[in-house]
Amino acid sequence: MKALEIKGLRKVYRGGFEALKGIDLSVEEGDFYALLGPNGAGKSTTIGIISSLVNKTAGTVSVFGYDLDTQLADLKRQIGLVPQEFNFNQFETVQQIVVNQAGYYGVPRQLAKERSEKYLKQLGLWDKRNEPARSLSGGMKRRLMIARALLHEPKLLILDEPTAGVDIELRRSMWDYLTKINEQGITIILTTHYLEEAEMLCRNIGIIDAGQIVEDTSIKRLLATLSRETFILDIEPGHNGATIDGFNHRWTDDHTIEVEVDKDAGLNRVFEQLSEQQVKVLSMRNKANRLEELFVSMVEQGRQKEAAQ
Amino acid sequence: MSHSASNFIALKTIWIKECTRFLRIWVQTLVPPAITMTLYFVIFGSIVGERIGEMSGVGYMEFIVPGLIMMSVITNSYSNVASSFFSAKFQRNIEEMLVSPVPTSVIIAGYIGGGMARAMIVAVIVTCVSFLFADIQIAHVGYVVLTVVLTSTLFCLGGLINAVYGKTFDDISIVPTFVLTPLTYLGGVFYSVSLLPEFWQKVSMANPVLYMVNGFRYGFLGQSDVGIGVAIAVLVGFNVLFFGVAYYILEKGIGIRS
Repeated sequence: MKALEIKGLRKVYRGGFEALKGIDLSVEEGDFYALLGPNGAGKSTTIGIISSLVNKTAGTVSVFGYDLDTQLADLKRQIGLVPQEFNFNQFETVQQIVVNQAGYYGVPRQLAKERSEKYLKQLGLWDKRNEPARSLSGGMKRRLMIARALLHEPKLLILDEPTAGVDIELRRSMWDYLTKINEQGITIILTTHYLEEAEMLCRNIGIIDAGQIVEDTSIKRLLATLSRETFILDIEPGHNGATIDGFNHRWTDDHTIEVEVDKDAGLNRVFEQLSEQQVKVLSMRNKANRLEELFVSMVEQGRQKEAAQ
Repeated sequence: MSHSASNFIALKTIWIKECTRFLRIWVQTLVPPAITMTLYFVIFGSIVGERIGEMSGVGYMEFIVPGLIMMSVITNSYSNVASSFFSAKFQRNIEEMLVSPVPTSVIIAGYIGGGMARAMIVAVIVTCVSFLFADIQIAHVGYVVLTVVLTSTLFCLGGLINAVYGKTFDDISIVPTFVLTPLTYLGGVFYSVSLLPEFWQKVSMANPVLYMVNGFRYGFLGQSDVGIGVAIAVLVGFNVLFFGVAYYILEKGIGIRS
């Protein structure tokens, strides 16, 4: 079953700005889907329309078969939304916020209190349950929004840049948590600027730019289209004259080489040549996230096409 | 779970949330009306009132008590919903309700319930204070309850409409200052409109607050400047109109959806 199906979705804001130019998108049940795009691409507008915070201009949206226009209440019950900005009452306590939210979805108060214990404990906020939300740290506020979105036990969780401004340790613990709930059956859609995040978590990906879907495929298939990667080699000092024939390369300082390697060519010939010249490689890493390279090239290609038209 | 059971839980949730809010800040919400009304009783009732004598056949203090209670109800109903809804819009936590399956009518009813709860608590406080200054009799309890509920509902709806359209905190203080206060003061709280020249009596009849104050006063004293039937009809009419407007703007998402 499709968790989300969007057809011909358009949004023209007052003033004439066309944020979405008729996009089609579908996400299967159980998927972990990333929606990527530069700022202003239309990610948040898409999420806003799905969660009914933004009125669409044209097109259809259905969530688990429920239509946005004709079965709005049922559609809303399927969704848990974690928005980009903190949007809870800063003066309410942590537990009040999550229990009230569950109440809006018709969860009886006693059941909501029981669930609040479960989710606040899972997200490390149980000790803070009686604290006003304004006293929480940024990371805690993000986790509070996840707990709030889960309390009515939705089938689809939508997260708009959930780890923006969160430190690495907390980001990784959030990734673990999201992976766990996805394995338990919740379909997840997330937008993110951290491409590493999409690569690590998601199975499928949609790239949106200037209100259009540039790519909608699996991460594996997308990465398979990457033909060339750049590696950074840390070299033992004293060998900065070494060369690698047949590969584009440059010394960035006296102990670092950047080498471009075609996927088909492999790395063996690079190491063979360096070994022949008695060059000791201390370590190696990718210059950029692989997905990032693809993302940038796809967005650029899309813009060139648009400019040509 | 049926949709109606789910909606009832949502309604109860909004109501509890609203009551928790005004009770948490009781010093700002419940104490000021008690102090203000005590001052009105002391100054207009005891000090000035004794020199005025009777008004519409009753002591001046007895005359102004219903009006002052109604004034508190109007002010607190309006300001509770206006400030709560506008804060929710300002902090964007109104989105918590907008993304959930709560119907518009339940959101409106929840806010009315919260505003009315505060107005009723304040009304009871003011009534208790009035016992210190006057011997209060209630002629028709049913009319007292009916007029106070209808008036509170009406001004809760007014506060909601104001909050939806308001863009800054200034916008939600303009209506109370420039519309509500003059209408209330000129709505027969402190005087009987029969004292006015005929022309101004007719002008006063265009003031909806006059019907609320007099309808409420009828419940207490058994007499008023306007017929009780007319007062109730005006209140019901305005309630239907304001509910229609509030429902339309929330359903359309004016000021709260892009």
